[in-house]
Amino acid sequence: MRLTRTLRSSAVCAAALLLAAACDSSGPGGTSATGLNPPDLKAPTKLGRTEGQVNLIAWAGYVEDGSNDPAANWVSGFEKRTGCRVRSKVAASSDEMVKLMKTGEYDAVSASGDASLRLIASGDAAPVNTDLVPHYRDVFSGLKNGAWNSVRGKMYGIPHGRGANLLMYDTAKVRPAPTSWSAVFDDAPRYKGHVTAYDSPIYIADAALYLKATRPELKIRDPYALDQKQFDAAVALLKRQNASVGEYWSDYLKEVSAFKSGDSVVGTTWQVIANLAASEGAKVKALVPKEGSTGWSDTWMVSAKAKHPNCAYKWLDWIVSPEVNAQVAEYFGEAPANSRACAETKDKNFCTVYHAADENYWKKIAFWNTPIEQCLDGRTDVRCVPYAKWVQAWTEIKG
Amino acid sequence: MTTDVPPAAGRGTVRRLAGTLHRRPRLRLALLLTGPLLWLSVLYLGSLAVLFVSAFWTTDSFTSQVVKVWSTDNFHALFTTPVYRQVVLRSVGVALAVTVLCAVIAFPLAFYTARVARPQRRPLLVVAILTPLWASYLVKVYAWRLILSEGGLADWMLAPFGLSGPGYGLPATVLTLTYLWLPYMVLPLHTALEQLPAGLLEASADLGARPGRTFRSVVLPMVLPSVAAGSVFTFSLSLGDYITVQIVGGKTQLIGNLVYSNIELNLPMAAALGTVPVAVIVLYLLAIRRTGALNSL
Repeated sequence: MRLTRTLRSSAVCAAALLLAAACDSSGPGGTSATGLNPPDLKAPTKLGRTEGQVNLIAWAGYVEDGSNDPAANWVSGFEKRTGCRVRSKVAASSDEMVKLMKTGEYDAVSASGDASLRLIASGDAAPVNTDLVPHYRDVFSGLKNGAWNSVRGKMYGIPHGRGANLLMYDTAKVRPAPTSWSAVFDDAPRYKGHVTAYDSPIYIADAALYLKATRPELKIRDPYALDQKQFDAAVALLKRQNASVGEYWSDYLKEVSAFKSGDSVVGTTWQVIANLAASEGAKVKALVPKEGSTGWSDTWMVSAKAKHPNCAYKWLDWIVSPEVNAQVAEYFGEAPANSRACAETKDKNFCTVYHAADENYWKKIAFWNTPIEQCLDGRTDVRCVPYAKWVQAWTEIKG
Repeated sequence: MTTDVPPAAGRGTVRRLAGTLHRRPRLRLALLLTGPLLWLSVLYLGSLAVLFVSAFWTTDSFTSQVVKVWSTDNFHALFTTPVYRQVVLRSVGVALAVTVLCAVIAFPLAFYTARVARPQRRPLLVVAILTPLWASYLVKVYAWRLILSEGGLADWMLAPFGLSGPGYGLPATVLTLTYLWLPYMVLPLHTALEQLPAGLLEASADLGARPGRTFRSVVLPMVLPSVAAGSVFTFSLSLGDYITVQIVGGKTQLIGNLVYSNIELNLPMAAALGTVPVAVIVLYLLAIRRTGALNSL
């Protein structure tokens, strides 16, 4: 489970470009702010009999039937309750998810911000009639109608959970306690060789987020919509940061061990890593700095070609039901989507630690999205730098 | 009684088959070679060919799907982008450094196991050298991560001399790879030194050569092909490695990391990058062949 985010991290935004193609057909004068103009698909208005089976694509740790960890099993209960046998396929990347969804053999997918937009744009994901998912009512309002899971007020899935990319620091070595991302950018030379950063092109958005606050003349509005000038500024900042970086991290264990030994003293992290490091004796704290943070949010979507739509809707409802959503969130280490899940967690403090109900906290989070040529912030007078260029730049930043 | 019949019939079939094979040597040869040849041509050379060809394709800049349009853009980028050049040179440098370090460490070790140690202990020593190969690669590399960490074993051992460990980075990568591939260098050296006729060393001494001279003029020329053979392993294994450098390399990128980071969005570029180690290894093997080392592999 600990490595589950490793794979996805490398791929989480790795899927940008189909979307760009889809958008291109709608032309730069696309009507919505995101430039998205998806095919007009209809959501079902009522559910029929269940089909006895449902085929899912999921991130590792999202569909557990007890075979990996006997304590983690929320599939058996679903099968018993609904009579839908679950067949699940673990995908290692957003790219793989999109490819699998295109086969039409799967009914639902737990898509991240980048994949979800692609699926919507290509017409592979159908809009979801949230009235048919009773537990949707209890989903935190901050997760409804997000830029990454809806188009013009129409939901394309059911939110599953979310997490923020935090600033973690060693309380003994980093003083005074940082309150700003400047600790890893402008002030990084103070901890030369001991700064860590997330090893993925999407980390460029973290630099953009910092520039948005510190260099207003760049006029960055959305860290995922950067024109060439803004993008170059972010890349230059990261190249300067590189001189102070000790190592980039892409998996849980590596970062935990680096903070425990003192090889890293300040850098980006996830809540679950901060908890793990602290529980293993590292003197660390994690926070959302004053500039805000980037983060991720996953959504369960239904295929437009689903052969078992009724079972798929049952699954959507099941996975966000309070008990199950609490189990998944605790197993995976993220904030649950269902507000009533917080009463069901084994660790009663879980939702406080993960800020599940703290909407003010989530307002500061810019959830991962897919950088495309049509600027996601609605600008039409410039072209934005697409994700493929982000990947190239990331290689050059690391040198 | 009835049970006798089927075995007899079975024996008959086997005998007939054996007769057929005996009479037709070409059939025999074909059956024998189909498997290995298929493996070599389809699975090995075939996949290399596909790799090379796909390096000339491009990706659609919108969909990141592979487009089968012939273009040399990827190789152009490979040669003109400074970061690629830098990473290629760094990777070759690491592979060379690992090879040299392995040879320097392996020689005295192999000399001891092959000539100095008591003969009945020699097999045991060889087994001891091989034991690291029984442990998982990842476990060993993570162990090195702990050794090289801040305040770890390396720092602790060097502290009395007022020094500190190398930390994570390029030196750590070279060190760890040297540890990983050392047995592949020790083994051929051990074999070569073991086969070195004792008479030659005695003759050299009788002719008045000191140990240094004997080493330079007698031992080294005779074991050099084995060093070259061992270096084929250490060099190629180091050149292709991308996991060790992720764990102990700090922020260092090698050629394997670039392939990995391109594979999702730009497969042809990854293929172009992937042909670099192939080309380097082929050049290396051609150079090695001149030493005659490939005969002693």
